[in-house]
Amino acid sequence: MGDSVPDTRGGSGKLTAVRATAAEETQSGTLVLLCLASWAIPGAGHLWLGRRTKGLIFLVALPLMFALGLALQGRLFPFDLNEPLVGLAAIADLGIGIPYFIASTLGYGGGEVRAVTYEYGNAYLIVAGLLNLLVVIDAFDVAMGRK
Amino acid sequence: MRSHLVLLVIFAFFVSLVFAVIAKDDLREQVRFGGMMFGGFLASALMLGWLMYPFPL
Repeated sequence: MGDSVPDTRGGSGKLTAVRATAAEETQSGTLVLLCLASWAIPGAGHLWLGRRTKGLIFLVALPLMFALGLALQGRLFPFDLNEPLVGLAAIADLGIGIPYFIASTLGYGGGEVRAVTYEYGNAYLIVAGLLNLLVVIDAFDVAMGRK
Repeated sequence: MRSHLVLLVIFAFFVSLVFAVIAKDDLREQVRFGGMMFGGFLASALMLGWLMYPFPL
């Protein structure tokens, strides 16, 4: 019975290759999910990976910093690509994840230019988003075994 | 809360905290790194403030 049915259980190495590919796909899918979770909820990636203390610190500190930015009359910038700096600030604001959408939905982040703390508020909002993006990269590195 | 210094201190605290937690794994190293960064933030801000003091807006 020397048919052309491939031997996938050993010898030829095909199954090994198939398994490796499936494992890589699963791993890359998990990595994407991890990064998305880490972006959406600050610290979620570290909590997922079992780094509880770090995850909890990010979970508290970053949304708190974002909330302070809103309280300081900071502005959630619109995605205006005609104004490059405004567009970049909008991307940075979005970096905080779900808190951004909650604040937008509830009508916060209008920004009061005349407020003394307006620029500080913007700095808090933008930096909170950028720090969360750094946290996402850190979670990715941890998942990849680099740290 | 309108004090620029207080807002600067809070900002420096959050940034130092997150950077220290990202960069270091050991608690002592985190405290040391975060403390140095926090101090650096405050010292540089105060120094720049004094350096800019003579210049009119």
